[in-house]
Amino acid sequence: MSRILRSLAVLALALTLAAPVMAVQPDEVLDDPALEARARELSAELRCMVCQNESIDASNAPLARDIRILLRERLEAGDTNAEVLDYLVARYGEFVLLKPRFNASTLLLWLTAPLVLILGGIAAWVGVRRRRTATDAAPLSAAEEAELERVLSDDTRG
Amino acid sequence: MLNELGHYALVLALALALVQSTVPLAGARMRDARIMRIADPVAGMVFLLVGLSFAALMVAYVRSDFSLLNVFQNSHSAKPMIFKISGVWGNHEGSMLLWVLILALFSALVAAFGGALPRSLKATVLSVQAWVLVAFLVFILATSNPFVRLSPAPLEGQDLNPILQDIGLAIHPPLLYVGYVGFSIAFSFAVAALIEGRIDAAWARWVRPWTLLAWLFLTLGIAMGSYWAYYELGWGGWWFWDPVENASFMPWLAGTALLHSAIVMEKRDALKIWTILLAILTFSLSLLGTFLVRSGVLTSVHAFATDPTRGVFILGILIVFIGGSFALYAWRAQMLRPGGLFAPISREGALVLNNLFLTAACATVLVGTLYPLVLEALTGEKISVGAPFFNLTFGPLMIPLLMAVPFGPMLAWKRGDLFAVAQRLWVALVAALVTVAVVAWLAGNTHLLAALGIGLAVWLMAGALTEPLVRAKVGREAFGTSVRRLVGLPRSAFGTMLGHFALGMTLFGIVASSAFESERIVVMTPGETIEIAGSRLTFEGMVAEIGPNYRQEVGVFRSVRGGRAAEMRPAKRIYTARQMPTTEAAIRTHGLSQLYLSLGDAKEGGAIVVRAYDKPFVLLIWLGAVVMALGGLVSLSDRRLRVGAPRPAAKRASGARTA
Repeated sequence: MSRILRSLAVLALALTLAAPVMAVQPDEVLDDPALEARARELSAELRCMVCQNESIDASNAPLARDIRILLRERLEAGDTNAEVLDYLVARYGEFVLLKPRFNASTLLLWLTAPLVLILGGIAAWVGVRRRRTATDAAPLSAAEEAELERVLSDDTRG
Repeated sequence: MLNELGHYALVLALALALVQSTVPLAGARMRDARIMRIADPVAGMVFLLVGLSFAALMVAYVRSDFSLLNVFQNSHSAKPMIFKISGVWGNHEGSMLLWVLILALFSALVAAFGGALPRSLKATVLSVQAWVLVAFLVFILATSNPFVRLSPAPLEGQDLNPILQDIGLAIHPPLLYVGYVGFSIAFSFAVAALIEGRIDAAWARWVRPWTLLAWLFLTLGIAMGSYWAYYELGWGGWWFWDPVENASFMPWLAGTALLHSAIVMEKRDALKIWTILLAILTFSLSLLGTFLVRSGVLTSVHAFATDPTRGVFILGILIVFIGGSFALYAWRAQMLRPGGLFAPISREGALVLNNLFLTAACATVLVGTLYPLVLEALTGEKISVGAPFFNLTFGPLMIPLLMAVPFGPMLAWKRGDLFAVAQRLWVALVAALVTVAVVAWLAGNTHLLAALGIGLAVWLMAGALTEPLVRAKVGREAFGTSVRRLVGLPRSAFGTMLGHFALGMTLFGIVASSAFESERIVVMTPGETIEIAGSRLTFEGMVAEIGPNYRQEVGVFRSVRGGRAAEMRPAKRIYTARQMPTTEAAIRTHGLSQLYLSLGDAKEGGAIVVRAYDKPFVLLIWLGAVVMALGGLVSLSDRRLRVGAPRPAAKRASGARTA
């Protein structure tokens, strides 16, 4: 019985050790705090490619650790942030960037917000203008007067 | 036996839902009140039958009946009772059944409490609601039947995914689903209005409370999910812009816009066509969310279904409902007469601005979520769209919107005076500017953006408080009179105040916790002490423990802060049945801030990797959401007095005098 327990304990220990490691490890951290801050900033923008929508900064996967170490090596070698990203894109493809670059195939992605704002703004403006000019011409009917009265008395209550 | 009964009840529910989806609608067209009246008892019966089916599945889980494939795959006899119960919806089949149960509940609620609705509108609404019910009941019976038997029955189950064995699973999905599915009412009303070709302020008065109810549950559901991710995933992140999170966030954004445009429609009879579109869009996004999560198109912790037939089936439902309702909209919308007029600077104008920015934000999230899928399908090119993209695009859209929020409720309907409102808001503005100066002075130049963010949060909170005070003429009339005015304000005014104030709270929490977070990642040996943001943390050693269905290694820490000590016990668990490891963070709350501790790898000599974070004001993120939902509730309590009854006419007359 005790042998079973012991082998279970060994198994448990083995599994604990085999469990995925936690994101950034103490031995990865660079001595220079400014450089380390840049490394953290960059790793939040890089995708762990074997994970599901996780940055390498948050990921436990061994591949993420490899890339974290790699990018720190590049930073220590004196690369700028842009050079590090170029280097990783050359190695792993655009897929590695969590914030895609602005180019022909991501045009619509980046322009969605401004397009909706501008087109929606124009539509709203035109709608309000057109409706105002339309009313200036037509006087209110008796039913509309009553409705207006109702709405206005409603107004004072909020 | 009970399992077969549950299965049978589901089939019966489908049969009755088919009746509900056709007969009342036909009755409404024929203007036959007797036929229309069929809708009410049928809707009630459908709810009872789906409820019976759900109860049968729950009993199977509670009794650990492994002769059901679904129970075998997702449960274990040693699992604590609360997780046996919540495990019912911790899997694809069960969660779809919960989805349909809530859908049936909402249609039963309309049947029960919709007495004051025009009869033909009510019958049409219930029929439309039943279309959705039929689609999802067929989906469950054809592809996701939770009552499939297994023979011979295994002795033990495979247990539930350990990440889901948490109180979060008991609360998060039901809240979220009430929100998601609750928007089906707004959808059914919109489609019914298009079918009837008639819409007026009473329609909005009806739709608003249902939308508000769905919205407040969705708010709580999202916040709960966020807090769950925060403590469960072990590194203190609370929002990841994960596609599944986006799937719940999009209906929230659209629903928030709907809530505001429905106000314009109710009060001023304007923006009707837009409100109808928004109601359709909001539920379409709920359906899209269900599709994204349930089809396995996106891989994530939530997607426990990766069966292509299911995906195709839900895609079919999606195309029929979204395509159908938009076609109906294109065909019938011009029949709706545009109403109420207003100047660009007015309460209506402010609400249009709100809708514009919320829609743009929602579109950004939608395009960002689907873009990688579509691009890969079209060109084969693989790109990632993650948190950095959303932060960069979503953030800037929110800033002008949030700056405008305090102005909105203070502008007059039809034609407002921006300058006069700005004068009334001067106290809030001064409070915000002083905050920016103080934070910038305390934190130094490097945190200028954070100072501005916190200033914006204070602007929102102070601005929200200003509105009822100005309306009560506090400081301009005798104190007693002002207090009486304040008490006499309608509840919806306080709902608005709470909602907008809470937005400021959440923003405060987000900015403060991300800008002023402290982090230590260190190897600690027993007896070692570290300092983090004013807390002293001593590692006392590791302890092994055995739980009901897991084993764990617990790190025992003593944290001292301001002379008060507390024990913190972060752990690493192995769930026995699945041999799956999880990390359990330990959290110590001080004020609105939290000290967050999680364990990494064990090292030689009893040492262990420790990740410690101090997150100032982090609790405000979720407290804000709770207060937001509370605002919804307060507003709802006001609605109930007025909704759908001729009675309030008398009250309104007396109300006008006191206000």
